[in-house]
Parts: sequence; C-alpha cells; structure tokens
Amino acid sequence: MLSRDLFAALALTAAVFTPTLVASAHAAERPLVVGMALEPPHLDPTAGAAAAIDEVLYANVYEGLTRIASDGTVVPGLAMDWSVSEDGLSYTFNLREGVTFHDGTPFDADAVVFTLDRARADGAENAQPQLFAAIDKVTAVDPTTVRIDLTQEDGDLAYSLAWGDAVIVSPSAAETLKSAPVGTGPFTFDTWRRGDRVILSRNDAYWGEQANVPQVEFAFVSDPTVALAAILAGDVHAFPNFPAPETLPVLEADDRFNVAVGTTEGETILAINSASEPFDDVRVRKAIAAAIDRQALVDGAMYGTATPIGSHMPPHAPSYVDLTGLSPHDPEAARALLAEAGVEDLRLSIALPPPAYARRSGEIIAAQLREVGIDAEIVPVEWAEWLARIFRGKEYDLTIVAHTEPNDIGIYARPDYYFHVPNERFTAIMAELDKVADPDTRITLLKEAQTIIAENAVNGFLFQLPKVGVWDARLDGFWENAPIQANDVTGVRWQE
Amino acid sequence: MTALSRLFQLVVTLLAASFLIFFAMQVLPGDPADVLLGQNADPEAVAALRAELGLDRAIPIRFVDWLGGVLTGDLGVSATYDVPVAHLIAERAVVSLPLAALAVGLAIVIALPAGVGAAIARGRPVDRVVVAGALVGLSVPNVWLGLILIFVFAVALGVAPAGGFPGWDQGFGAFGALLMPAVALAAPQAAILTRLVRAAVLEALDEDYVTLARAKGRSRRAAVWRHALPNALPPILTLIGLQFGFLVAGGVIIETVFSLPGLGRLLFQAVAQRDLMVVQGVVLVLVSMVVIVNAAMDGLALLSDPRQRADRPKAARAS
Repeated sequence: MLSRDLFAALALTAAVFTPTLVASAHAAERPLVVGMALEPPHLDPTAGAAAAIDEVLYANVYEGLTRIASDGTVVPGLAMDWSVSEDGLSYTFNLREGVTFHDGTPFDADAVVFTLDRARADGAENAQPQLFAAIDKVTAVDPTTVRIDLTQEDGDLAYSLAWGDAVIVSPSAAETLKSAPVGTGPFTFDTWRRGDRVILSRNDAYWGEQANVPQVEFAFVSDPTVALAAILAGDVHAFPNFPAPETLPVLEADDRFNVAVGTTEGETILAINSASEPFDDVRVRKAIAAAIDRQALVDGAMYGTATPIGSHMPPHAPSYVDLTGLSPHDPEAARALLAEAGVEDLRLSIALPPPAYARRSGEIIAAQLREVGIDAEIVPVEWAEWLARIFRGKEYDLTIVAHTEPNDIGIYARPDYYFHVPNERFTAIMAELDKVADPDTRITLLKEAQTIIAENAVNGFLFQLPKVGVWDARLDGFWENAPIQANDVTGVRWQE
Repeated sequence: MTALSRLFQLVVTLLAASFLIFFAMQVLPGDPADVLLGQNADPEAVAALRAELGLDRAIPIRFVDWLGGVLTGDLGVSATYDVPVAHLIAERAVVSLPLAALAVGLAIVIALPAGVGAAIARGRPVDRVVVAGALVGLSVPNVWLGLILIFVFAVALGVAPAGGFPGWDQGFGAFGALLMPAVALAAPQAAILTRLVRAAVLEALDEDYVTLARAKGRSRRAAVWRHALPNALPPILTLIGLQFGFLVAGGVIIETVFSLPGLGRLLFQAVAQRDLMVVQGVVLVLVSMVVIVNAAMDGLALLSDPRQRADRPKAARAS
C-alpha cells in the first residue's frame, strides 16, 4: 500500500517536471486515443447491459437529467435542478434551455417523456428495469418542466436517472442509436470501425463547457500484453482500465506515464450456491470463508492493487464497515467447522468467468480450499454460459464474479437470486431503506445489513475491484475512481 | 468432370459445416438475448428480444430458414450489432483476405529459395542453417512471435504500430499494419514449406531424368530449376492449399494479438456473444474459401505435373 502510494507520488512528480516537447497550442489540440479491452456490441446504452457501451458514450455523447460526478455524487445534467413533493411521490425537473441533440432535434420535455417511456415500456430492451420500477407516470408540464410521479417513494430516483441506462436520446434517432448514437453531449459520434475503434469529435455547439480535445478515439485492444506495448509505443494515450496489472511496475517506473489505482463499485465475491447441499449449512459456508486468505488473493491475483472486503459494500462508501475480522483466514477453524457439520471429503467446482480477476483468484482459492481438505475443481466458463447456466440456471457450487453495480446490496434480499440465504431482518431493512431518506438512519441500516450477510457467510467476500488507470503523463482530467462504469473524457486535456 | 465433382464436394462440405456449426451453437448454453440484456434484465424483455431475433422458433425451422436465406444471398442480421451479416463480413474480409494472401506470399517467397538452396547445398553449411532455421520457425508459437515483433518494432524501434488497422484509405499505412501480423502468421508455414521443398527437390534430384540432364551437360543448379523443381511442385502446391486452412484458423489468434478487425476476431466475438447468424455466415465464408483454394491448388498441381500433362505425355520425360 505504502509503496503503491510512493510510486503514484513519484509518477506524479515526474509528470509535473516532464518537459513539454511540442508547442503548447498545437499539443492541446491533439486527438486523444483511449484504449479499452472490450468492444461495445452496439452504441445504445439504453438497450444493452455491456459496460463497454457506457465506457465509450456516457457523458461524452449521451447525457441524462442528472449525472454522476467523478466523486460519485449526483449533479445536475440536462436538468438544472429538481424538487420533490411533500409525500415524496412526485419529482419536478427543470430542464436546461437551448439544448439541441446532435441531429438538430431540440431537447425538451417531450424528449424526456419519450426517452423514459421508451426505457420502461413493457418488453423494453433496457438492461436495468429496476431503475424505473417506482415510476408511475412521466409528464411534460411545459417544454422545460417534467414531472415524474411515483407509485412508491424512491429516495434514489435522482441517482437512478444518472445511469447510462437512463440517458436522454433524440426521439427522431431512437431507432438507429445502436449504430449511430445521437445525444446532447460535448462529443458527437463520428465513425465506428468495428473491431478497431470508435471515433468521437468535439461538439462545437455544446450547451456547456467545451471539451478540451478535438477528437477522441476509443481503440479496442483485447490482449493485455499488447495493451502494454500500445501504451509504451504511444499508439494509445490512456487505458482508464488497464488490463495487465502484472506489468504495472514497468509503467510506474517510467516518467512518461501516470499510474493511478482507484476504487470501483465492484465487490468481488466467491458466490456460494446456498440453495444446494451442503452449502445450505452455514457452518460449511463459514468453513469456506475461513479457508480464504484474502491477502494472498490481493497479492497473487491482483498484484497488490485491490482492497480486501468482509461484506458487500465498497470501502469508500459512507456506510462501509470493515467486517473482514468476521471471517479471518483460519484453516484450523475451517477444518473444525467442516467436521462439526459432518462434511467429509467435500468435492466441489468453482466456475470462473473470463475476466482475469476471476480466473486468477479461482486458482488461488482452489489451492486454499485444498489446504482445508476441500477438493475444488476449476471450471472456466464464457460469459454467455455463466449468465445462462449459473446466474439464471443456478447450476453451480461456487463462482467468482465482481458485482459492479453501485448500491447493490439489495440483491441479497431477492429470493430468486443465484445466491440467497433467507433472513427476515435483512428483508425488512431493505424495505425500510426504500422509504427512509435521512442519511444517518440509512447508514445505520446499511451497516446492520452488511453485518447480517457477513455473519451468515452468504458468500465469500474477497476484495473490492480496483480501477487501474494508466495514461500519458502529459494528460490530466482522467477519473481516478469509477463511481460508475464510464470513461468520462469531457475534462481530459493535454497539459500546456 | 473434375470441376463438377469439385463443385459437388464444395456444396456437401458447406452443408455439413453449416449444419454442424448450427447445432453445436445450440448445445452451448446461453443465447444472444441473455448476453445483450445481462443480469438485471426483465425476463419479459428477454423473451421479447428472443422473439424479435426469432430464437423462440424450433431449431430445424430456423436452420431451414437460414439456409433458404443463404441460397437467395441473404445471410441474415447480426443479433448483437443489429446490421446485416453480409455487411459485417465484407468489412472484415478486406482485412483478413489480404492478410492471408500476404502470409502465403511471404511463406512462398521464403520457402522456395531456402528449400531449393538447401537441397542444392545438401550437407553443406547453407543446408544446415536452413534446416535449423526451419526447426526454429516451426517451434516458435506465432502468438509469441507476434508479441516479440510488436515489442521490437513498435516499442523499441517505434517504426510500426503496435496493432490496429487504419483502413485501406490510408494506403501504405494499411499495408504496414498487415506486415508484422503476416510475418508472424507466415513463419511456421514458411518453415513447414521449406522442409517440404527441400525434401521434394532432394527426392527429384535422385531421379534418372536429372542424372540424364546432368550427363547432357546441364549444371546442377540448372538441372534443379529446369527438371527437379517442376517435378517437385505438385506436393508443394497441395501443401500450400492445405496451409491456407491453417492460416485462416491462425488468423483468429494473430488478429487478436494485433488488434486487427478481421474475420477471425469477428468469429471469436460472435461465438462469445452467441451471435449465431454471424458465426454461421463467417464459417460459411471461411469454409468456402478453404475448399476453393484447396481445389484451385489441386488443379494447379495437376497442371504443373509434367507427367500428367495430356498434350505431351512423353515429351516431358524425354526432353
């Protein structure tokens, strides 16, 4: 941890003192090339679950009524401000005036009604229907005022509307957004060379502060080693999510680059199929949890970049409570718990989806389970298979995955979820949270909720997924943390 | 007659390949609607999308539908990209085909002189160097070679891009982007081909007609080029045809290493996303290419074989 900070400090110092090589006025107008490991399947964030869609377009091309700032707070977007009725069942948004979509269509209350109705329609392709679950009716009061009536209180509405799945789209372009995105953002869509890159150009007619770079190219580099080569060679200027943490020392030692290890909303868990024997026995789940040495995972699988967690809450959240002490690494205790539960010669499989964090952690956990007498077989799976067989079919023993959505502890209350340990108090807390707005009460409730799932060892809680960003030291304005899965480059500039 | 039976063979191979791929994809868990909408999707929305994509219909009906489309030149629409499959394939083929052609060309340009030279210099240092070089070329995995090329030419020397493809409108830049991947792809093929050329020429050198040519006063070199090589050509051409299939498969890996938007990467992504239409379309194109190239090479081999030329059956041997 200390050495990492030291490296970061060194890199920062180096960046400050790196002489500017090119004439400043010219350099500031250089196009920016941002590398990504995965290519988006299409370019409509309101009709797909792939994070890569938001990573190209959120805040850059599309904007919502509200937006998430780099510190995770909700700030005004296309709505200048909003108010909530006494009973909490009606929100009124005042819209910005003089905004037009990239296709020339004016942005107004009708566009908002169109977008939200489209997103929450029956059978809509939206990947996050829960965001709109409380909405009863969206009404255009006048061209710059929208009222949203709710069926039940939803303290998170402003936050939900800031998601990429709720961005406002041009009604006249809605049918073709998948290949030709049209929003209101500071960049317009230029070209998509499928398999290679998406190119965005600065929107000179933008309503707000102009973007600093004239063009952004999102280049898709799927091989981690090649990602290192691409940034070393200068073909790519930044990887907001650098895929090869094992090569970070090379970049940290080079003053041409900045390396920033930040936080994400991704809790990496060893999910346990508690609906099946013997995992329905809390002693077995606790034995599995006790077999896990989190530090070995952080060091071995994540090269020291991750933070251990003891429940399902990111360490930077205001309501976070450190519960790693509830399930310390204790092989002796694990064996004793298994014996107490009468489980002998336990054989199980760990399904591992493609991301490196899962595959690497899985190998280490299999070895750790073997130390307490559990024979764990590693089964690599593709995402499609993971979704169909494990997530929906619940055919698994253990699996490793990062739950990357913000504020998602509520999944532990879903009886039909792929992991579930029924707990009345937990369900009651979640119901209460829907109604309570007072921040202190919410924090107390969330702390209790974290403790309940940790005590029940619902899952093995491993580590918070880091956001490892690497960029050319002459650039600034990249997000260090990822409060939402996006690469907001609207503030990125070449230093003069 | 041969042409007809070849055509028949092509159709049967294509049908069998599409059939196999279609049903193999059905066995794989997961479908494109699942993948597109992800974990939090409303089951109703997934069902609606599935219906829109036609995934709710019986498998045999979908296969027949797809086949009918193919026969009328319609490869369907990609579930993930929402654009016609033919369009996607055309976009990618302009990268993959030149890459494969370049790799075949490189392999031939390296292997012919090296193999013939080694055969002429049998047992001498030149021969030993070529044989050792071929062994190295054969042993080095092309992924590794690709990474080494990137680190040497893009990172250390800064003379080539570390991957990506700028588009053919960039002219020479596009060609430059294909050069390193072609070298990585060609290396093992060149090695195999060199060994075959050397062996085939050596064998031909022992034939009576070469001895006769030498007795008539031709130099060793001239005897090789005029008599031994033409007789060694048929197996070489057949091998080049077979290698084309390996190049297509190797393209999946090399295109990933060099971030090239080719057919191999499209196929790989489509399988991961369960985009059946794209997988079917790409496989159809790749299989046709392999079968056609093999047929063409076999035809060339036949034409090049002096013993099989109908017009002067004995002249070739007696000249």
